[in-house]
Amino acid sequence: MLRQIEGSRGVAEAVALCRPEVICAYPISPQTHIVEALGEMVKTGALAPCEFINVESEFAAMSVAIGASAAGARAYTATASQGLLYMVEAMFNAAGLGLPVVMTVANRAIGAPINIWNDHSDAMSQRDCGWIQLFAESNQEALDLHIQAFRLGEELSLPVMVCMDGFILTHATERLDLPTPKQVDAFLPPYEPRQVLDPKQPVSIGAMVGPEAFMEVRYLAHAKQMQALELIPKQAAEFQRIFGRDSGGLVRGYRTEDAATIVVALGSVLGTIKDTVDEMREQGHRIGVLGVTSFRPFPLAEVRRILAPAQRVVVLEKALAVGIGGILSANVRMALSGVQLHGYTVIAGLGGRPITRKSLHALFRQAERDELEPLSFLDLDWNIVNRVLERERRERRTGPIAETVLRDVGMVAARVA
Amino acid sequence: MFQIRLHGRGGQGVVTGAEMLSIAAFVEGRHAQAFPSFGSERTGAPVVAFCRIDDKEIRLREPILEPDALIIQDPTLLHQVDVFSGLTPREGYILINTTRSFDELGIGEFVSGFRPVRLCTVPATELAVKLVGRPLPNAALLGGFAAITGLLSLDSVAAAIRDKFAGSVAEGNVAAATTAYEIVRQEMKEAAQHAQAD
Repeated sequence: MLRQIEGSRGVAEAVALCRPEVICAYPISPQTHIVEALGEMVKTGALAPCEFINVESEFAAMSVAIGASAAGARAYTATASQGLLYMVEAMFNAAGLGLPVVMTVANRAIGAPINIWNDHSDAMSQRDCGWIQLFAESNQEALDLHIQAFRLGEELSLPVMVCMDGFILTHATERLDLPTPKQVDAFLPPYEPRQVLDPKQPVSIGAMVGPEAFMEVRYLAHAKQMQALELIPKQAAEFQRIFGRDSGGLVRGYRTEDAATIVVALGSVLGTIKDTVDEMREQGHRIGVLGVTSFRPFPLAEVRRILAPAQRVVVLEKALAVGIGGILSANVRMALSGVQLHGYTVIAGLGGRPITRKSLHALFRQAERDELEPLSFLDLDWNIVNRVLERERRERRTGPIAETVLRDVGMVAARVA
Repeated sequence: MFQIRLHGRGGQGVVTGAEMLSIAAFVEGRHAQAFPSFGSERTGAPVVAFCRIDDKEIRLREPILEPDALIIQDPTLLHQVDVFSGLTPREGYILINTTRSFDELGIGEFVSGFRPVRLCTVPATELAVKLVGRPLPNAALLGGFAAITGLLSLDSVAAAIRDKFAGSVAEGNVAAATTAYEIVRQEMKEAAQHAQAD
């Protein structure tokens, strides 16, 4: 059924249709509306049987999810930013134990400086913890990916993180096609755990493993993610059969066939890039875009297949690996081993900085002329940066950087965008 | 694509206004995207919300920098925030919640390049107080928006209000929107006559 609703509400409805039995969450912007809506559904009985557990922290949220999942329940939680960081130890445990928890990450920057706006720093910080990581381009895809996440995670016995851009998606109201319970039930079978804490057949979960077998257990976690590479496209195809929509999958190319320049990105910025690509195509530019939906596992072969014929690749990413530059770019580079082409990393949209068509037009044209630096920062205000660097050269007690920069830019609250 | 930017203050229902606008477009079978400016909103602080309306899927995710129309829920923002930023001269629509005129608000000169039929004011707060019992001008302004742009029908605006609110609150807001619609229609008629007389 088509409805005009907020992305968070859509995701909550999709999660509810997946019949989770335990939901545990601690509120943090911009994830809050999702768990608020689910809490309401549990309270009114619209979502039953399901227990909503209020926890005292994100560490507790993930720990409860682990316990619930180990007891055989379908478990869901959601977080963002510092909240995700606070659950890190338990994140590795959920993955290491192979418990198919599903979690929404409403992507938000990480402090300091504290910032509630969108970028991908939070999800990227957890890229190697063993969770599957899927990135949604739109609210419709966010909704659809949650339904696929439960099935994927449970089939493989691995936790799955669905990443959706905080505010840009979570707080946007748009047209969403909400599936029927019948459709979801046809796609998602009841959870049949590989391992379960059952008093009738007692087992322990979480043994200490020494050097004699640790490597093997870790390798098996990797092997499961490699299985996900095969399973994800299959499930997307089946999803399309039941729901009539092309959603999910490993990667999504757009106008890449004859493209000399291909832009690679994750998440909601793909929409703005596609609009820019269409405008440039009309003017005769051979440009296309590759969206990576599955960041973990990373689809090396598909990325290579699509990018290899191009002359240059621009990886636009909403996260910064301080001290080197790009994270997605490093992964793309790995896919392109032995392929000769120009590669550019562009860090953009950190902490909610808008990524506009205007800036993308200028950026992509610069790339086409091969005038980009290997690493660049979209719309970075060099005046502000250089003023601070200059001051630091001159003076010793320059004070805290965030406060100094804010003083330099003046009040920002009244700005339109 | 038609792009609307709404300016107001925290607590005035600016975000809900944008949301209802998108629902009204949805009711008419169009694609619409409403989103807030993502600030750390506080009661009374300047708030911006956005709405895009199109006949095809909207993929664009940048803030609205060049709006076709402005809805200003609080006239005290006029000299505090650059509300007119990016608005196309002549072609743009401006709807302000006020009992005063553009001249009295001190922006008469600024808007002199705009088409008079696209400049309207509506006492939305007063209408809301009278018909809803609370000083929330958002729904009334949407009635005014339907009139000034002709982009949506008043019926769709009413449907959007009833989607978001229930009972007497919904009906009070529908009444406020309907009155605002009539006020703006009258203003436009006068502006058109005035333009002809000139």
